[in-house]
Amino acid sequence: MIEISHVDKWYGPSFQALRDCTTSVAKGEVVVVCGPSGSGKSTLIKCVNALEPFQAGEIILDGIKVNDPKTDLPKLRARVGMVFQHFELFPHLKIIENLCLAQEKVLGRSHDEAMAKAAKLLDRVGLKDHARKYPAELSGGQQQRVAIARALAMDPIAMLFDEPTSALDPEMISEVLDVMVDLAREGMTMMVVTHEMGFASKVAHRVIFMDQGEIVEDALKTDFFGSPRSDRAQKFLSKILSH
Amino acid sequence: MFANFDFDVIRRSLGYLFFDGMTFTLTLTGLGALGGLIFGTLIALMRLSGYRLLGRIAGLYVDLMRSLPLVLVIFWFYFLVPYIGQWVTGSSRPIRVGAFTSSLVTFILFEAAYFSEIMRAGIQSISKGQPAAASALGLTYAQSMRYVVLPQAFRNMLPVLLTQTIVLFQDTSLVYVLSIPDFLGAASKVAQRDGRLVEMYLFAAVVYFAISCFASFGVRRLQARIAIVR
Amino acid sequence: MNYHWNWSIFFEPAPNGTGTYLDMLLSGLLLTIETSLCAWIIALVFGAVVGVMRTLPSKAASRIGFAYVEFFRNMPLLVQLFIWFFVLPEIVPQDWGLWLKQMPHAPFYTAVIGIGLFMSARVAEQTRAGVNSLPRGQKMAATALGLTTAQTYRYVLLPMAFRIIMPPLTSEFLSTIKNTSVAITIGLIELTGEARAMQEFSFQVFEAFTGATVLYLLINIVVVVAMRFLERSIAIPGYITGK
Repeated sequence: MIEISHVDKWYGPSFQALRDCTTSVAKGEVVVVCGPSGSGKSTLIKCVNALEPFQAGEIILDGIKVNDPKTDLPKLRARVGMVFQHFELFPHLKIIENLCLAQEKVLGRSHDEAMAKAAKLLDRVGLKDHARKYPAELSGGQQQRVAIARALAMDPIAMLFDEPTSALDPEMISEVLDVMVDLAREGMTMMVVTHEMGFASKVAHRVIFMDQGEIVEDALKTDFFGSPRSDRAQKFLSKILSH
Repeated sequence: MFANFDFDVIRRSLGYLFFDGMTFTLTLTGLGALGGLIFGTLIALMRLSGYRLLGRIAGLYVDLMRSLPLVLVIFWFYFLVPYIGQWVTGSSRPIRVGAFTSSLVTFILFEAAYFSEIMRAGIQSISKGQPAAASALGLTYAQSMRYVVLPQAFRNMLPVLLTQTIVLFQDTSLVYVLSIPDFLGAASKVAQRDGRLVEMYLFAAVVYFAISCFASFGVRRLQARIAIVR
Repeated sequence: MNYHWNWSIFFEPAPNGTGTYLDMLLSGLLLTIETSLCAWIIALVFGAVVGVMRTLPSKAASRIGFAYVEFFRNMPLLVQLFIWFFVLPEIVPQDWGLWLKQMPHAPFYTAVIGIGLFMSARVAEQTRAGVNSLPRGQKMAATALGLTTAQTYRYVLLPMAFRIIMPPLTSEFLSTIKNTSVAITIGLIELTGEARAMQEFSFQVFEAFTGATVLYLLINIVVVVAMRFLERSIAIPGYITGK
């Protein structure tokens, strides 16, 4: 589904954000990407739907080359859902309108069709009663659930999560993770940048560990938690799990 | 396109344009900015003094000036200054005031309203701990303003103050309505005398543009340097 | 002060035969409002376009926007009006120039275009500031949903940016009204012009200017109150502007 091969990315002439990153995510697979801050994990996930350009290597998404100038990027992006750290709901639109905007403008669905879909998804994330509210009237956890619903409204073939719980107060993390766990169990292809190792051990198939722009470890979940091969991954895990 | 134009008229009038016109414009800009800054700072201090009445009066003055077009204010003071002069000197009839004095008074009092808003923002941007620290050292209110708060406010606001001065430089051209030979007035006089409107107005535009561009480039560089120091 | 006040002058007939002196001032007020509204439309349209150009990733677009702003910002408005009014008809092909010179209400149209373009540079700067003040993630989220750049601006960025810059736009509109008075130099007899005419006819200098001053204050109050209502009506529930 997602093939990442030999991707290099520089910011300016001197700082290399990604070094020769190669990995893949198969259909129906859930892959968690972790690593210390500044390790390039967010950058990598943003390269997948070309939100960040990269200089070398290639990424193929469902058979379409992302970094091909001929690729219709809006069309490609519309097929991959993305959830951001800071939710990024559109503050001037009601919750239901947030879910309808891209359905109508990008997919060309009729308003009624979009509304029906939006209502169904809001119900699914448990926020049916908030459809007519504005994002700022919701809690962080609720906003992030809306953001997931907004991405799902596009009927994506895969979902990208960029630290979906890092900006949340602790008591709101589980409500978002619950939605993600359900999604994983239904067989959604997911690439998730997160530090939530509980989530990883529950539903991930593979775990990727990144440091300084490199993929240091790319292992099955059981191997990663059982005996990570690299020192850096061990150190990172002990820091995260010791609390 | 410019075949029938006589650009030599510019060369012939350069002396008049710059020695008379531009000197007037720059002097008016410089003194107007200086006076406006001093009065503006006083007004800002009045507004922040905590004395209700004083603050109210200063606020009304600023709001009034900022609500009126500069052209109207220029007319106001052109006719009002002789009476103010009469009142100040106690003479029996309105005193005669030259074009320069009249426009200088106008610009100082008008710009003071704008400069005061900048200085007010500057003073408010200084953390409350600064005047507190100053009074803890035994400085009086006046001393803490003079030596601690105002220097910092002025420094922080310098780029904005200079940008406002560039606006003032352009606005001085409005004394044209009093037929005063500032730079534009001088250019206009030559233009009408020789029937060379196109050449003179284009030249005036180029000169204003060059000076303003150069000055705002300088302000941007200053801003970048201040940003690094901080 | 040996000045002879005569406040009843406003109700005496003016020598130009159009009614009282008060009528004179009021017709000036009307022209001021007409001119500034027309100029404001130009300022908003051009300013929004140029301001958006300055925020685009394209270097060329942002440079053109920069040049536009610098061009209109670094010349006194008075000089710009002279260029439009006296210079333009002479440097265009002869028959166009003739048409321009014979155009009825030339001072009005010149003022509208001259002041409109002058103010558009300032509206552009505000628009740019508004768009740049939005979190970077907003643009990313819209892009990730598959919206094109044009759609992103139209549906996501500009609706928020314009709400945020409402207060500075109000004061730019007030500047437009005030700047209308500069057009008396090209023969537009608006409010300041009528006050000046009243002073010349009646010799009641201070009554004339007081009348104009009061009317300007009234316009200011009306605009400020109206904009406050507008701001309130487009405010987003729960969202605090100027965080």
